[in-house]
Amino acid sequence: MAMLPRIPRLLQAVLTVAVIYGGFRLVFDAILGQPIPASLMTMYMFFIVAGVFMVFTFTEESAREMVVPIRALVEDPSRKPIRNLVFVLVPLAAGGLTYMKMLPSFEAPLELRSIHPAPPTTVELYGKRFDLLKLENPFRKLEKADPEKFRELVAEGGAVYIANCQYCHGDKLDGKGPYAAALNPVPLNFQDIGTIAQLQESYLFWRIATGGPGLPKEGAPWLSSMPVWQEFLEEDEIWKVILFLYDYTGHRPRSWGHE
Amino acid sequence: MARLLGGLLLVVLAVTLLPGDWPAVDSGLTQSAFAQGAAKTETATAGIAAPKLTPDDYPRIAGVNGRIVVWLVAQLHLWFAAFVLAVPIFVFIIEAIGMSTRDKRYDDMAYEFIKISIAAYSLTAILGGFLVFSLIIFYPHVIQYLGAIFKDTMFYYALLFFLESAALYLYYYGWQWLQGGFRKWVHLTLGLVLNAAGTMLMFLANGWLTFMMSPAGIDPGGIFTGDVWTALHNHLWNPINIHRMVANVAYGGSIVGAYAAFKFLAATRAEERAHYDWMGYTANFIAISALLPLPFAGYYLAAEIYAYSQQMGITLMGGIFAWLFIIQAVLIGTLFLSANYYLWCGMARSEGAARYNRYIKYLAFVIVAAFLVWFTPHTLVLTNEELKALGGPYHKYLGPLGIMPAKNTAVNVMILFTALSFLIYRRANRIAMVGWAKAGNAVQVALFSAGIANIFFLGIYHGYFTNTVYKVASSIPQVITTLVVIAASIVIDAMMYRGAKEVAPLRWGRVPERAQYALFLLAVAFTWLMGLMGYIRSGIRQHWHVVGVFRDNSPDAFTPTLGYAANVVSVGTIIFMAMVIFVFWLSQVSAVKTTPAGFWKEQAS
Repeated sequence: MAMLPRIPRLLQAVLTVAVIYGGFRLVFDAILGQPIPASLMTMYMFFIVAGVFMVFTFTEESAREMVVPIRALVEDPSRKPIRNLVFVLVPLAAGGLTYMKMLPSFEAPLELRSIHPAPPTTVELYGKRFDLLKLENPFRKLEKADPEKFRELVAEGGAVYIANCQYCHGDKLDGKGPYAAALNPVPLNFQDIGTIAQLQESYLFWRIATGGPGLPKEGAPWLSSMPVWQEFLEEDEIWKVILFLYDYTGHRPRSWGHE
Repeated sequence: MARLLGGLLLVVLAVTLLPGDWPAVDSGLTQSAFAQGAAKTETATAGIAAPKLTPDDYPRIAGVNGRIVVWLVAQLHLWFAAFVLAVPIFVFIIEAIGMSTRDKRYDDMAYEFIKISIAAYSLTAILGGFLVFSLIIFYPHVIQYLGAIFKDTMFYYALLFFLESAALYLYYYGWQWLQGGFRKWVHLTLGLVLNAAGTMLMFLANGWLTFMMSPAGIDPGGIFTGDVWTALHNHLWNPINIHRMVANVAYGGSIVGAYAAFKFLAATRAEERAHYDWMGYTANFIAISALLPLPFAGYYLAAEIYAYSQQMGITLMGGIFAWLFIIQAVLIGTLFLSANYYLWCGMARSEGAARYNRYIKYLAFVIVAAFLVWFTPHTLVLTNEELKALGGPYHKYLGPLGIMPAKNTAVNVMILFTALSFLIYRRANRIAMVGWAKAGNAVQVALFSAGIANIFFLGIYHGYFTNTVYKVASSIPQVITTLVVIAASIVIDAMMYRGAKEVAPLRWGRVPERAQYALFLLAVAFTWLMGLMGYIRSGIRQHWHVVGVFRDNSPDAFTPTLGYAANVVSVGTIIFMAMVIFVFWLSQVSAVKTTPAGFWKEQAS
């Protein structure tokens, strides 16, 4: 059997990077249907290239072998035609890329939007002042003290949710309610491990009660079409909805008490 | 020396310039300031009220932005302070190693380390004086308020500074004088005093700044009614103390590593290259040893910030500062990558290492994969098209990697594999001769496998399927797992390689030059990272001088954009690196002797 020619080290490194990139595209775009956003892909690929470079250059022999084709391209007189070609193509490609990047487009600019705005330490609601650092769901203790009553409250919270919230946040609490498609940013998906599972109940109380207009000015401009629910719901109704949100999704609120 | 004394004088002068009975002095404060009049004289009984300032209460100098000056000077002071506090810690350890092994090379290296910190020490003092003056000029009422609460500690701070300086100069200038027998013990004791004074200084300063973040001893009306210990021993004091202590050692190691790299690249003789290669290796070893527990100290600090205030925690990790945390993650990953690359390149020192070369790609694969998880953000930067394609702001599969349990798992794996790199490096030129070498290797493989399985179990099960208490608490067994695996493997390795056969000599100085650039990268990434995190730590106070107590009403009381903050930090990093290169150059120049022919009068013999 004829021996296959050995692939030069530089080409090996380039192929490794290309295969990893192709693998990402295949798995995330084609198989899973959830492409990796360009901003994240750029970061991934930058460090993958760095990692590949590290592996291919940590020994002297390998590093030297990596450089051989580049040095030959620059120094070897017999490679003059290809050198000229490369020296024209590389700046052209760089120029082309820059041109494409700078080209005005109708695409809205990227937003560095934080999903969890920081709450104030205290908030004025229902004519009272609430200390959000210490505020707890008044019904939470019933979960153990009176499970039957607790189930009732959860059910009542569910009814409030269906009557008011599901239009945007969805009947499965996945952020896919009938109005969701018309909103930008889309309503929050409570099933996601990164949303209500990371928050204390007091946070949800503040966020629901004050809605979009209650968002802090420090992080402006906030985009949120959340109504100011304290104008439509009673205080207890908000707490019951919060019970329902956690109960339905199976998440536990962020808390510092042991169960 | 003169500069140091100048710096000291600046500090002492600044402290003494401030009135002893601070709240009584109302230097140009508006009528509304110190509205709680009771605070004026009876500080001990009636308490100290925070003044209510207006923009006019903040003095201005034409063409100078007070906030930027204080920001940059404080950061530069802190960089140098971290370095000069760290170097004596490991110099003391290296000197003790040299003393117990009677290997003079350690003593010489320790001396060279401390030599570098001497010039940096005077720069620290000068910048400290500059900082105090900047605060007095631009934020007089803030420093007055803090001074009223912390006046005792500020006074003792200045005194401790004298003790630290005395200990440092005796330690450095007496190095050759205090050699051998009892004298060496005296010298080592001086090193201990130096470290104790330096650590105390840092703890005191930490108390002031953590009080601004998590004030203690404040009554419901916002009046400080506690004593100085209550103020000092606030909620975030110890987390910051631990975090800074560990980080300083890692940082000091990286700066000394950069010095060794600088000298290595400038060396012309083989012995010099060998010496600075060994020095660079030791410095990198110190940096990595402190870097390994650093993420845990950082996590402890962040958890305590969250526990103290949900608002501050969310601002930090989920709100406006979250994007800077992504940059932080990238820089931390860079530290791990460069530290590992340096170790792998260092295997060139011995021909015996070739046996292990084929494993490096697997190590690199795991470390890079863990790194990608480590910096994957929870909320993505999306174009509208991507938003539509994903169906929301979260990625269904990558989103769960954006929260802390995934990060903790990734960083533990990254640390374990960095330790593995080090174990492989240690074996490079040796073969174990003990009869149980195979069993020993098997135990190490089992330890690593079980450790990684446990880290994944804790990260996935407790991280995603239990409540916050267990979620946060599970990070502790993860850390313990990592530390136990590392400690047990090193012990087994040390026993296994006792009396090992050397397959090829370890040739110091035979390391590729690009490895030295990894050391530079380590130092620059560290500096940048500290600047960034320093800004975040201070910035989460937002529009407060002292959170919830003393409002910042200066014209600069806004949180700058990420780009603006990153630019200021980057400029600071460049200034610091320029000053460090100056310090390195000084050490080079001090060894150069020029004898100009015919310049000096010939002396009659």
